[in-house]
Amino acid sequence: MDTAILVNLFYIASSILFIVGLKMLGSPDTARRGNLLSSSGMLLAVLITLLDQNIIDYRYIAGALIAGSIVGYFAATKVKMTSMPEMVAIFNGFGGIASLLVGSAEYVSGTFDNPAFLGAIFLTVLIGGLTFSGSIIAYGKLSEVISGKPYLYKGQQFVNGILLLAILLVGINMLFIQGFISSEETLILLIVLAFILGILFVIPIGGADMPVVIALLNSFSGLAACAAGFVILNNVLIVAGALVGASGLILTNIMCKAMNRSLANVLFSGFGAAPDAAAESTQEQGEVKPISAEDAYLILEAASSVLIVPGYGMAVAQAQHAVRELGELLEDNGAEVKYAIHPVAGRMPGHMNVLLAEANVSYDVLVEPDDVNPVMETVDVCIVIGANDVVNPDAKDNEGSPIYGMPIIEVDNAKTVFVSKRSMASGFAGIQNPLFFKSNTRMLFGDAKETVSTLVSEFKG
Amino acid sequence: METQIILLIFVLVLSIFLGVELITKVPSTLHTPLMSGANAISGITLVGAILSSGSSEIVTIILGTAAVFFASINVVGGYLVTNRMLGMFKKK
Repeated sequence: MDTAILVNLFYIASSILFIVGLKMLGSPDTARRGNLLSSSGMLLAVLITLLDQNIIDYRYIAGALIAGSIVGYFAATKVKMTSMPEMVAIFNGFGGIASLLVGSAEYVSGTFDNPAFLGAIFLTVLIGGLTFSGSIIAYGKLSEVISGKPYLYKGQQFVNGILLLAILLVGINMLFIQGFISSEETLILLIVLAFILGILFVIPIGGADMPVVIALLNSFSGLAACAAGFVILNNVLIVAGALVGASGLILTNIMCKAMNRSLANVLFSGFGAAPDAAAESTQEQGEVKPISAEDAYLILEAASSVLIVPGYGMAVAQAQHAVRELGELLEDNGAEVKYAIHPVAGRMPGHMNVLLAEANVSYDVLVEPDDVNPVMETVDVCIVIGANDVVNPDAKDNEGSPIYGMPIIEVDNAKTVFVSKRSMASGFAGIQNPLFFKSNTRMLFGDAKETVSTLVSEFKG
Repeated sequence: METQIILLIFVLVLSIFLGVELITKVPSTLHTPLMSGANAISGITLVGAILSSGSSEIVTIILGTAAVFFASINVVGGYLVTNRMLGMFKKK
């Protein structure tokens, strides 16, 4: 049989493995096997590609494969679970730059008479480039190498407009004119512009909106691979890239819905950039009532149902293990313990779930806002640990609030609310939270991990 | 050439619809592993990278080899980290 046919048959097999694997990732019971299937699909695709007769020299391929695998292995096994968001961000970036390089490699060795081929290269380099630089910025923001605050400046839209126009002109030169500037210059210019676009795209977006950005960059890394598939006319790249592109877009959409904002609003308006509205909500605050961990323990001991609401603060304080211990002690004490997790809590989709899973919390006690809000009145104590905006009642009550309309976990309806918080500083979005001033709210000031540990030792005491 | 492109676009469109159908029902508990697992799949560009780096032209080889390096970090790291995370999701 012709090798090309054989290779393509195997590509079909890997596509099936990707599809089934991705489907199995949809349920906790099958997810691990699904990931294994998907990775065997990848292995199959890579091995069969190595049979390609056009490959002249295997030395470089082998060297780069081994080096990359070693780096990937150490990155994946050494990373702390709290650093997972920046890990995912940087991997997205590597996928993007790889697609960019594939597109460039085909461009420098290709012919220039086919607009479809050139168009695919244009898209590959553009999407790959912006995925790379955007992911690097996201990585910087998440690991706090650069400030996580939204960075806005005057004339932003104008600069973006000019940039897009420049990219369009380069594209036209690349596809149709060819000769206004040389092909090498065109390529380099396109790469530079794509990098700038990626930077300008992520820089204005604040830390609290990072779940959306990461999901979107994930989608882009898939689309870049997909475009690369059109460059080398390869089915498996297109199928796999499109699957990732679609899944990333769906996640992006879920994140946007969880914030009641459109994608355009997240990308272009820089959250917290509405200080006037934020100031409005500070009215009628009343008094904050602090409580010591010792007194909080007495209330918790009498509680028969407890709801724990974790947020980014729990990740920062690395309090997940202490929280799990507290949860177990409460259960031993006869209380029903659940964890309510908002879809955008943390810095990436599912961030809190991963941390609690790491701390050995069973995934069937993790619930979503829609499950707990209707029964919130029956909850004796709600413990909010490092969450702020996702429990802000202004989202339901205050039309002037920038987060008005965002679905929240309505902890203020519980009988008692404990809020573990470092200080009275407002959350990431810079918005005041009336929850702290409610009559049924008690503030547990201090580091989340220390507070929870004190509660744990009181229980053990 | 043109028929092939049309055929590939056909594949693309169907794959996007398939992807949407596959992912819509994923519970939020699994959003992170889903994302990193999908991210590993996007490392499929490794296939393209291998083909490029097997070329006979030096510039193409350099670019292709660099692509193989980055894509294999993406693939190996992505799958391993997903596996590590999923290993932690337990029901008691």
